[in-house]
Parts: sequence; C-alpha cells; structure tokens
Amino acid sequence: MTERVTATTKPYTIGRPPFRPGEDADFGGKFVEQPGDLTRPDPAKCSAQDTVAHASGLIRVLDDDGVAQGDWNPELDAETLIQGLEYMMRLRIFDDRMIKMQRTGKLSFYMRSFGEEAIAIAQTMALETQDWIFPSYRQPGAQFVRGRDMVSMICHCIGNTEDNVKGRQMPVHYTWKEGRFISISSPVGTQFSQAVGVAMASAYKGDDEVCISWLGDGTSAQGDYHYALNFASTFKPPVILNVVNNQWAISTHANLATGGRTFAERGLAYDIPSLRVDGNDFLALYSVTKWARLRAAAGKGATHIEVYTYRAGGHSSSDDPSVYRPNDEFQCWPGGDPILRLKEHLMKAKLWNETRHKALAKKIDDEVMASYKAACEFGDLASGPYPPASTIFTEVYETVPWHIQEQREELGK
Amino acid sequence: MTQMNMIKALNSALEVQLEKDKNVVIFGEDVGFFGGVFRVTDGLQKKFGEHRVFDSPLAEGGIAAIAMGMGLNGLRPVAEIQFADYIFPAYDQIVNEIAKVRHRSGGEFTAPLTFRTPAGGGIKGGHHHSQSPEAQFTHTPGLKVVYCSNPYNAKGLLTASIECNDPVIFFEPKRCYRGPFYGDPHNVPTWNDHPDAEVPEGHYIVPLEEARIVREGGACTVIAWGTMVHMCEQAIKDSGIDCELIDLQTLVPWDRDTVVNSIKKTGRCVIVHEAPKTSGFGAEMSASIQERCFYHLEAPITRVTGWDTPFPHTTEWDYIPSPARIAEAIKKTQEE
Repeated sequence: MTERVTATTKPYTIGRPPFRPGEDADFGGKFVEQPGDLTRPDPAKCSAQDTVAHASGLIRVLDDDGVAQGDWNPELDAETLIQGLEYMMRLRIFDDRMIKMQRTGKLSFYMRSFGEEAIAIAQTMALETQDWIFPSYRQPGAQFVRGRDMVSMICHCIGNTEDNVKGRQMPVHYTWKEGRFISISSPVGTQFSQAVGVAMASAYKGDDEVCISWLGDGTSAQGDYHYALNFASTFKPPVILNVVNNQWAISTHANLATGGRTFAERGLAYDIPSLRVDGNDFLALYSVTKWARLRAAAGKGATHIEVYTYRAGGHSSSDDPSVYRPNDEFQCWPGGDPILRLKEHLMKAKLWNETRHKALAKKIDDEVMASYKAACEFGDLASGPYPPASTIFTEVYETVPWHIQEQREELGK
Repeated sequence: MTQMNMIKALNSALEVQLEKDKNVVIFGEDVGFFGGVFRVTDGLQKKFGEHRVFDSPLAEGGIAAIAMGMGLNGLRPVAEIQFADYIFPAYDQIVNEIAKVRHRSGGEFTAPLTFRTPAGGGIKGGHHHSQSPEAQFTHTPGLKVVYCSNPYNAKGLLTASIECNDPVIFFEPKRCYRGPFYGDPHNVPTWNDHPDAEVPEGHYIVPLEEARIVREGGACTVIAWGTMVHMCEQAIKDSGIDCELIDLQTLVPWDRDTVVNSIKKTGRCVIVHEAPKTSGFGAEMSASIQERCFYHLEAPITRVTGWDTPFPHTTEWDYIPSPARIAEAIKKTQEE
C-alpha cells in the first residue's frame, strides 16, 4: 500500500491526493506487489487471521509481462478468457456510445465503467447464475455476463417507451429481475447491507445462492458499509462484500476520506476474511471471487474484498476531473488498462492476435450501433416518445389508492 | 451592487461569513478543493485554508453529527448535503439530536449550524436528485427551515441562517442556480439583468421569519417558495388575474401575519409547492389560514403541488406544478 499524503496536520489532519493538476503523476512505475507473493488459503477452512497478509498486500495473477503466475491463477480455459475480453470490450464500446448520445441530449446523464470493466465482468463470471447482484453504479457490466439484451439497456438509458422501469429513474439505474440484478441507487451504499439481508434469506430458505455487492472507497464511509460488515460478521450468511477502491469519489481522493490503512484490512476487525485484489487483473478478480463463493457455499459466511483500481474517467457525464487531478494520471497509474492487460495475456499465450481483436471490436461496435438504432425506434429523451404520464401514478402501491387516482385524473393523462 | 447568479451570491455569503467570524467552518462532500458539485464553495478553500473549508468523507449522517459536535463546542459550521435527497442518512442526527439539544439540555447546550442543500426538480434528476423534502423538517420542532428563490434573498437568508443561533436547514432550488425558471425547459433565462440578481458585495441579511411580497394584487393570494415562485409569476401573468404573490422564504417559523393580511384583502388563496401534497407544508398553511381567515374567504384554499408519488425522470414536466396548472387553480378561485 502507498502511504497516505496529507496537506496539513494542524489544527487537524486534512488529506490530499497524491497529485493535483499541474503536478507530475509519478507512481514509481510498477506495483511493488507481485503474483506469487500471497498463498491461496483453503476457502473451506480460512479464518480472518489467515488473511492478514492478503488484506494489506495485493493479490495479483497477471505479472508485469502479462503472464499468469502464482497460487491464485484460476487456470481458465481460452474460451472463458476470450469471453471475458469480449464482455469488457463490449462494455467499453457500449459506454462510449452512450456518452456520445448523452452529449446530443438523447439521455440526460451517464456513468461509464471506464478503467474498471474487469470488476463486474470477472466477478460475475465467477458466480453462478442464481447468485444475486447488488451493484453500485460502475457494475452495469454484470448484465452482459447474464445475457441482458443491449436494446433493453439502451431503452432504459434513453427513457423511452420500452424502458423497463418506465422512465422513472435516471440513466444507468438499471433494474433487471431476470438477471437477479437489483436497481442501482443514487443514495450510495444502501445496497450493501440489503445484500446481507438477501444472503440471510437464501440461508434461511436453504437455497444455493450467494449475494454479491459492491460499493466505492468513498461510500465505505457510510453507515451502510459498516452495518453490512457487522451483520455479515454476526450471522455469517453467504455474501461477498466488495469495496471498489478506484481512489476517487467525485473529486475526493481516498486520502481525504480515510485515515486508515487499506480498505480490506477493515474487514479483519469484523473477523471477516479479507482480501485485497488487483482490480485491473481479470484473472485475479475471477480467482478471488471464486474463492469467496466457495467459502460461502461451504457455510463459512462472508468475504470482504478490496478491489484496487482507478477511476479512469469522470465520475459521471456531469464531472470534469481535470479540475482536481492531472489529466494523464490514469496512464501513469501502475494498474494499467484491464482490457489491454487481458489482451496482452492472451496474445502472449498465442490465443489471440491483433487481427482477431480488431475484428471483434468492429463486430461489437456494429452490434452496439444496431442496438442503439433499434432502441431509438422506441423514442429517446431528446424527442420522445416517453412512457405515458400515467406511469407516474402506478406501482407506488400495489393498487392505486383513491388520492393518487384523483391526482391522476387531475393531470388528465 | 454586483450582478450575481444564485451560486455566486451564496458563495459571497459564505465568503463574508468566513471573513467575519473565525468560528465559521465549511465542509461537505466535494466542497473543498473542487468547490462543490454546483460550485457554490468555489475558491473558498484556497482563500481560507484547508481546515476551514474541507472535503468530508461521504457520509451524511457523519456530516450532521460532526457539525453538531462543532456547534456544541463553539464553532458555527456550515455543512453542505450534496443533494437534499441524500439528507436522510443524517435524519436521525438532525431530528433527534440537533433539533432537540437546546430543549432537552434545559437550554444549557446549543448547536448553531446550517445545512445547505440543493433541492427540487427540473434537472432530469429522477427521484433521487429532485425531491423537495422541506416538510420532513418543518414537522420537527427546533429546526428553522429556509428556502431561497433568487440571488438577493439567497445571500441575505444564508447570512441570517449562519448568524442564527438555532439550527437551520437551508434549501437552495438547484433549478434556479443559474437563472429563474418559468416552466419552459427550452427557454431558460439566466439571472443577467434580473432585478433580484443585483446583490451587495458586503454583509447584509434578509431576516428569517419574514415573507416577501413579490407582486401586489387584489384578486387572489398566491404563496410559493423556491423555484415555484417563478412558476407562479409566469402563471399569474398567463392568467391575467391581479394576484398578490408571496415568497414565503422561511417556512418555520413562517410569516403568518403577512399571509393572513394578504388573504383578508384578496379573499382567495392558492398555495404552490413542488413536494407531494399529502402532509406537505401547504397543508399546514391551509389549516392555519382557514383558522384566521374563515370569514374572509370567498373560495376554498387551493393547493397546487407535486403528486403523491416518487419524482419521475422522463416525465418530470407532468409532475412539477406547471404555470398552466397554477393558472387554472388561480382562475378557479375567481369562479366561486
């Protein structure tokens, strides 16, 4: 872990990010931590104390040359790896299309997963299809893994007549019951303790289900994060609790928001096995999640994971990070680009080449464009049509009470 | 006097307070180096230092409790809750602690503090970036609740709020940060050349507990706050009816005398707010008005409000009380 930087310690301590605009973003080149540093404990027997090193270190599989190394290598077959690469490329191309549409007013707002594509995708691929997903707003990629139709996703984002949440929510606030993907919520962190409740219900019913949830480094300051850890520690339900440390909560760097050591180490105080993983390493993410699921399935309860990554883009389409951090910071950060890292790994293993990569990118781009056009057939935010105004009044309750019915009649739509 | 939009006016109020009183500190999510997601605190950290204007961890419950602690120990914190929709993790601290500390300590302890928070709709924010939760706080004894509507009263009311020894929840209509809003999203003016954008650079207050008569008239009293003040101006113009428009400004304690005197003159009353109708602050006003103006009323008191539903995203213009809905309600009061 890197030492916290502070701006002042008097009269009280105020942190500061490693670099501000105009400064050289020099992270010293490469991660100190290497694959092979950390052993892989037996998931069915592991205690929190067995993960002390894992919580302060960094679990990696891909080394600096893109070769898979060490105990945590999940030994995935070529098909799975290429599938993972495809999902990540799809997510990035999808995001780029959406942000372009946002700038033309086709949708009001957008949040990309840029630089963090591996997280939702590798972690969801490591789960079973019956497992529950309680995402924060940079895990929409889980839906690709579960097979959601892109047209349906775009219809939500552009708020048209085919939006499955009926134009009620801001873009990116996906809900998808079939994929066991619960609505993303703007008041951040609320999903984290709900996920523990879902897992307790799975345990109660005796179902072979695990619940996974994510929140950000910033959000881990919320009470909901701490409620989740304490309930998970107390009841030991099958849940995987991830803190995505992308280092930035809008403009607030983690150095300004916590005085502690790693985020992963917090879990140890709750007696939950806790791991810190390279969040741009597809293989490491897959591996730790599989491990956490094995623990859960063995009745050993929760795993707490810090996913160490970097928010490569703005917080949202409303944000301009150049105001508060150097523009090239992402390029200088040692974790690199998760898509390029998996691509490099596949190419080193002679499972992939530039021609196939370009062809795949083109194919995805065509599919995204075709989906976009198909979605726009049902309207968009700039020009409509929208879900009918009557959707304001329905599903507030199971049935429409008299006072809401009267108001609907008053609107006359 | 200088032309300021609401963001600049609020920033100016904060700057004057930071200069005037060393016990004033400002904190909240992204308010420090960045200057706030709406830029209300822009430049203040640079000018006043990192311990006086700082970024807090992302935890509204924590922000509220820390502010209370600072207030108890002699500081005068001004904390930002990034969106009013995010205030609810802080609700316990605000309702059970901050609002009651003076009373339950027999007056021994007080926590003077101000929570600034952008509220209201009209920015395509869906149900978590559009709510106007003033009634959740007007129902809590011990809090003062303030809602500005233009640059001039934003600065004056915020100044009065910070200087007030009671805790204040200060709502800022985010739709009006850069200009008044008259209901047409395709034609949004700036504050340029608006008379209420003429703001003194130095210290002044707009007293709490005083409503503002925006427009005098004899046919109907229209009461609003926040963005709805401008919507009502438009509605009154469209209706062609000689209404008296009152900007309530402070909701608790509200300026009942100004309202009652106006209704005794006009005999008619329309109350407009963005928040849902049921248990909205309009209900409280309506009850109080009929207690005092029963024999002067020529028509039922009417409320034009948001619907009793979550705030929608794509269909927000069907949710927010529009000038057309308000004008219709005004006309109806004339039929009785």
